[in-house]
Amino acid sequence: MSVIYILLAVSILVAVAFFVVFVIAVKRGQFDDSYTPSVRMLFEDELIKDKTNKTILTKKE
Amino acid sequence: MGAKTCFHCGLDATSSEIRYDDKSFCCNGCKTVYEIFSANDLTCYYDLQDAPGATPKEIEGKYNFLDNAKIVENLLEFNDDNTQIVTLYIPHIHCSSCIWILENLNKLNSSISSSIVNFGKKTVRVNYNAENFSLKQLVRLLSSIGYEPFISLDDYSVGKKNVDRSLIYKLGIAGFAFGNIMFLSFPEYFQVSGFWIEQYAPVFRWLMFTFSIPVVFYCSLDYFISAYKGLKSKLLNIDVPIALGITVLFLRSTAEIVFDIGTGFFDSLSGLVFFLLLGKFFQQKTYNFLSFERDYKSYFPIGITKIDSKGKEEAIQVYDIKKGDRLLIRNEELIPVDCILIKGNARIDYSFVTGESDVVSKQSGDKLFAGGKQQDGSIEVDVLKTVEQSYLTQLWSNDVFNKNKEDSFTNLTNSISKQFTVAVLSIAIIATSYWLIVDDSKALNVFTAVLIIACPCAIALAAPFTFGNLLRIFGNLKFYAKNATVIEQLAAIDTIIFDKTGTITANKETSIAYEGSELSEAEEVLLKSSLRNSNHPLSRLLYELLEDNDILTLDDYKEHIGKGIAAKHDTNSIKIGSAPFVGYTSETATLNTAVHVSTNNKYKGKFTFYNKYRKGISKLFKRLKKEYDLVILSGDNAGEKENLTKLLPAKTKLFFNQKPEDKLEYIKHHQNSGAKVLMIGDGLNDAGALAQSDVGIAISEDVNVFSPACDAILDATKFNQLYNFIRASKSAISIIKWSFVLSFIYNTIGLYFAVTGQLAPVVAAILMPLSSISIVAFTTVCTNVLGRKLR
Repeated sequence: MSVIYILLAVSILVAVAFFVVFVIAVKRGQFDDSYTPSVRMLFEDELIKDKTNKTILTKKE
Repeated sequence: MGAKTCFHCGLDATSSEIRYDDKSFCCNGCKTVYEIFSANDLTCYYDLQDAPGATPKEIEGKYNFLDNAKIVENLLEFNDDNTQIVTLYIPHIHCSSCIWILENLNKLNSSISSSIVNFGKKTVRVNYNAENFSLKQLVRLLSSIGYEPFISLDDYSVGKKNVDRSLIYKLGIAGFAFGNIMFLSFPEYFQVSGFWIEQYAPVFRWLMFTFSIPVVFYCSLDYFISAYKGLKSKLLNIDVPIALGITVLFLRSTAEIVFDIGTGFFDSLSGLVFFLLLGKFFQQKTYNFLSFERDYKSYFPIGITKIDSKGKEEAIQVYDIKKGDRLLIRNEELIPVDCILIKGNARIDYSFVTGESDVVSKQSGDKLFAGGKQQDGSIEVDVLKTVEQSYLTQLWSNDVFNKNKEDSFTNLTNSISKQFTVAVLSIAIIATSYWLIVDDSKALNVFTAVLIIACPCAIALAAPFTFGNLLRIFGNLKFYAKNATVIEQLAAIDTIIFDKTGTITANKETSIAYEGSELSEAEEVLLKSSLRNSNHPLSRLLYELLEDNDILTLDDYKEHIGKGIAAKHDTNSIKIGSAPFVGYTSETATLNTAVHVSTNNKYKGKFTFYNKYRKGISKLFKRLKKEYDLVILSGDNAGEKENLTKLLPAKTKLFFNQKPEDKLEYIKHHQNSGAKVLMIGDGLNDAGALAQSDVGIAISEDVNVFSPACDAILDATKFNQLYNFIRASKSAISIIKWSFVLSFIYNTIGLYFAVTGQLAPVVAAILMPLSSISIVAFTTVCTNVLGRKLR
């Protein structure tokens, strides 16, 4: 049953790891603006489409 | 084909006949923006949202102050050789297209490396290289695509502001500890004894203890501080029983594991703190894009053009203006200091200060006050006073602006907590003394159990969740309150004071009435054609109102500043303007703004301009008068008195010619006699009154642009809903009272376990979160029902 110590240690290590990630995220300001990123995420496709359009055009010329 | 709209900004483009790329535009400005975007492969802008743009404004010379290196230095957040970072506030940001175009600025200019939009705050943070690009060029680029940034004196020390994220940290830590402690206490919830528990329990218990340390000593720090402050000023606020509960929970739990008596209540402890912080977080929801603390600094420009003795122009910082300096004020620029007009046609729009829409003409030698906006070409002025000493800005040295309204207000929760704390302490003492007689081994157990179970978590949560939710519902309905206290105070008011101009009248609308002998068709055509040439605001208003006629080419046209206009066509002449100017002598004293007309030197009549009152004002006042004292304090003359008495209930008190200080004093006087005053105003001239009142609401036609410091901002279109908002606030108070009743029931059940000495950790662990969650659910459902009624 002493495996419980290992299990406890592992579970707490995992929890602490997530906690550290959380603190880093807050520190970087990821919680400051909760709206814009949700919109920004949807733009990536259009940007890429734009670029590919451009390359096709230059090839034609 | 129906009406055409501008492809760029969505305005009517039927008559403009500007076409480009098979698309119609309302003006050349919009077309130019489209050209810029299409040349840079950025037409995606129009795919995301229909007609998202704004017409770019002419900004010739407006940003010359950005040539001043010192000013630029202060605006930049980060400044190194090749990297400059600046955050600009852009009021026009309103849709996803805006985010997209502003984050693709680097395609418009290669010196810009990246730009990040914060939609909530309506700001864009631009990273650029100043080697061959300047802040001025950046601002011009933004303006040229219709995103003109708003730079005010308030921005003049950015980069030093620290964001306070402590609540998120605290909430995160409390949640982290709560979750882990819950897991660790599970084995003991279900198995009370046995070999397994006996062997491993100490490990689990000490782990829980470790997790609870940051919760007690960091997350709940605010409650201890607040409780200490309360006790110091002899107030039993709600944080006193909370702090007491947390302390007792921690001490008893620690004692239990040290002496190996039981598991303690670490789960309840961390859960309690987590829920309390959650309530705080919920209540903290604020409107990023609004500012309730604005003073004149938010509106004043940073830089102004100074003319030195040799006639050379130089951009200087507003704070550097000295008495005796000669300044150049361009068209549409704000006058930052009190000064004397030296040269040029001064037409000053003081609407910013007084809320009055009329433009005032000034002659050279006249005194101009800070806060006015020049409307007609450039003027030169001599400075009389520095920024801080000017008439308008001096208002801010009044004490009311340093007073915190929240501190002087005892809220519902704190007023109930006094009786609550006394009751809990007496129950604890009575129960303990009973057990001291019957079975003294249980006495300490019962004493602590009572304090633990009676910890007023649910009571402390009721107000934050009710007000927090209502705050968001109000926000959706365009009534933006600064914080929860505002709603609570709104429910308590008994006197409502209105400002007139801009508050109960609409700023942009006027109704015009004509009195006098009828004009012939030829005269009307002549009148319209003459007005067309004039830029005077009254002429523009009148011009828009008159029916369409053929436009004549005038033979002669002359504008006499401050008097009126004279025009000639063929044999007919016309004079439009003030009474003496048109030769009308028997002027009966009227206080309203009027424009007189005479043709061929014969007096015809006058157009009188009346304020147009907001829709539903009469109905609103009728509903309000039953419960409140209504007062109108106007900075205006008494010209509208007759109209107002007709429109408003007879009981309404009317005061005219009130200076900003008068308004403030009036409110102070009534507060001293016990009135709870709601002030509703709009201009900077109301700023003192708004600060002095118990609740100050600013009416705003455009919430993004202008509002003085206040407790709440109400969108002008929702003005007639005011009564409903006040009623909703009152209902919120009763919701909270019902939540108190609910939490008392929980407390009574809990106290039964505590007093009889059988409070097991598992009971506390169930009862405390259950009461908190049910209170949250109850208040949320109730406020949502309330919100639905408002719609």
